Amino acid sequence: MTTPFYLTLKEIWRNRGRFLLFSLVIALITLLVLFIAALADGLGNGNREYIEKLNGELIVYKSNVDLSIGASRLDRSQLRAIVRVPGVKDAGQASFSSVVLLQSEGKKFNVALIGVEPGKPGEPPVVLGRGLGDKSSSEAIIDRNVALRTGYTVGDQLRLKAIQGTQEEFYDLRIVGISDGRQYSLQPSVIVSHPTFDRVKPGVPVVNATDLVSNLIIVQLDEPLNWKAMAITLANQVEGIQAVDRQTAYQNTPGYSAQQSTLDTQRFFTLLIGVLVIGGFFQIQTLQKVPQIGMLKAIGAPNLLIAIAALTQIVLVTILGVSIGALATVLLSFTFPATIPIVFSPMAIVIGVASLMLVGPIGGLVSVRYALRVEPLTALGLTG
Amino acid sequence: MVNALETKSVTKIYKSDIGTIRAVDEVSLNVANGEFVALVGPSGSGKTTMLAILAALLRPNEGSVMIDGAELSQMSEAKRARFRREKIGFTFQANNLVPYLTALENVELMLRLNGKYDRAGRERARELLARLGLGERLKNLPRQLSGGQQQRVAIARALIHTPALVLADEPTASLDTERAHQVIQTFANLIHEQQRAGIMVTHDLRMTQYADRIIQMRDGKLRRVISDPAEIRAFATTGEAVTAN
Ligand SMILES: Nc1ncnc2c1ncn2[C@@H]1O[C@H](COP(=O)(O)OP(=O)(O)OP(=O)(O)O)[C@@H](O)[C@H]1O
Ligand SMILES: [Mg+2]
Repeated sequence: MTTPFYLTLKEIWRNRGRFLLFSLVIALITLLVLFIAALADGLGNGNREYIEKLNGELIVYKSNVDLSIGASRLDRSQLRAIVRVPGVKDAGQASFSSVVLLQSEGKKFNVALIGVEPGKPGEPPVVLGRGLGDKSSSEAIIDRNVALRTGYTVGDQLRLKAIQGTQEEFYDLRIVGISDGRQYSLQPSVIVSHPTFDRVKPGVPVVNATDLVSNLIIVQLDEPLNWKAMAITLANQVEGIQAVDRQTAYQNTPGYSAQQSTLDTQRFFTLLIGVLVIGGFFQIQTLQKVPQIGMLKAIGAPNLLIAIAALTQIVLVTILGVSIGALATVLLSFTFPATIPIVFSPMAIVIGVASLMLVGPIGGLVSVRYALRVEPLTALGLTG
Repeated sequence: MVNALETKSVTKIYKSDIGTIRAVDEVSLNVANGEFVALVGPSGSGKTTMLAILAALLRPNEGSVMIDGAELSQMSEAKRARFRREKIGFTFQANNLVPYLTALENVELMLRLNGKYDRAGRERARELLARLGLGERLKNLPRQLSGGQQQRVAIARALIHTPALVLADEPTASLDTERAHQVIQTFANLIHEQQRAGIMVTHDLRMTQYADRIIQMRDGKLRRVISDPAEIRAFATTGEAVTAN
């Protein structure tokens, strides 16, 4: 049964201009699908990265703040109460704000300022340098994104600008470590100890010498898999708190879910357009081929052969188009600067490519069905 | 002589809004191996319908069709497709060839469909095309061939797989007179040499001179059968078989 493949390959080869052109249309759709996926990943990443990678299974908020990090306030006594609950391994407070990072030559951009307790959950591990020192009042860890944008490395100074009241204040910090990507709220992050945080952004949230108030408490469990039960235990045993897992936490960051569902919708519609375009192309082509298909059936070509030839053609053209598109996407991705929130994860590319490969044949099925229904009698100019 | 084709009282009735038409009406006819038959008749007389029935493309309402010893009416659609590619050769009025296959590939396709595509088959395909004057045109696509050349490729395709029955629907419709004579003469010769049963539907009465028998239809019925060589010649020149009684 090589005849259907022979026929379809001959047809593609002898009409290679037309098929190549159509492959390029599929390639463009592929490019679009993969870019939307990359944008979704990039934006999603920017919003969830810090929380998603936290070295703690539970994120504790003040109760009744609807999981709003900005509105959540937790103090030292609550931390101590949490740590006393059996099953809790360790916990650390974390606070969030936004400041401007000033580079030389007037370049500046917003960064997330994250206050953590040195050595406690919440402080990201470094890939270069060391973690924050205990009494470190002017040390900072920068995440990979800050490092990429500034070119700073361990040992360099970095300057932050914050508005206090009506006053612009500047702070110079020494970079002691670089972590992997830890964006928060779409901003690259600078991680400091709470005393430093308090100096740069006093009162946001309220931090003082006698009591340490933070937005969140990051809780590490003895048995990470047991997080569901522990979340309930914590809420029951400690007054005024709510505990959720990391995924729930980042899904409740402002705009995250709305943004992702918007992008998912776009992705869906691009795939739908793909189905329609591929379906339309092959349907038109089949309509043009009706006399030829009728003739083939009249001389005895079985329906199965017609179906396999048609399907093979659709699959081949789709594979060609999607491959060109995926290749173009990968090449294009190398030209993108780190500042653009577009992340091509291999997983997203694989999923995108796989769904497009499915979409092609689905779009073409109508035309295959149509080809199957062509009557061999048409070869003699008769109708049934 | 063995009959490649035998039909008994074949009847095809078309039902439409305007009424029922007996497009083929109790036609019984036999064609022997090595016999070339011309099927003629006015427009609407049922020639194409008859051809479609003989081609296992259309089921008659009544009657039986036996080709190479096999009774068509018993066959499923899949069996009919198989029967067509094994036992029947076709040339059509238009859209004869696969447009993206060369002349040679179009002929070879018949062998591929039958799982008989081998070195010997390829050689026979070349010889047949050369015999039909297309030795220099093997690698041409249909659009690079004239109407007559395309018809000749179709004739080669209709013969390559040694079918029992060869059916040709208006093979000269798009040809000029000279080409038409050449094509049909070669066709008739090949039918005789290879001992196939050949049936050609034609409007062009001059082409009937190459036939061994002329079957004239009218209103779905066999009106007249002419098999005397002198009468055939007369019919081919005047359209009337017999001189005045
Ligand atoms: N699908 C159909 N439905 C109804 N009537 C039909 C159908 N096909 C053919 N007919 C009728 O059957 C009769 C025979 O048609 P057929 O095409 O076999 O004639 P023909 O001899 O081939 O004519 P022509 O020389 O014009 O090709 C005609 O009256 C035609 O109108
Ligand atoms: Mg006709």
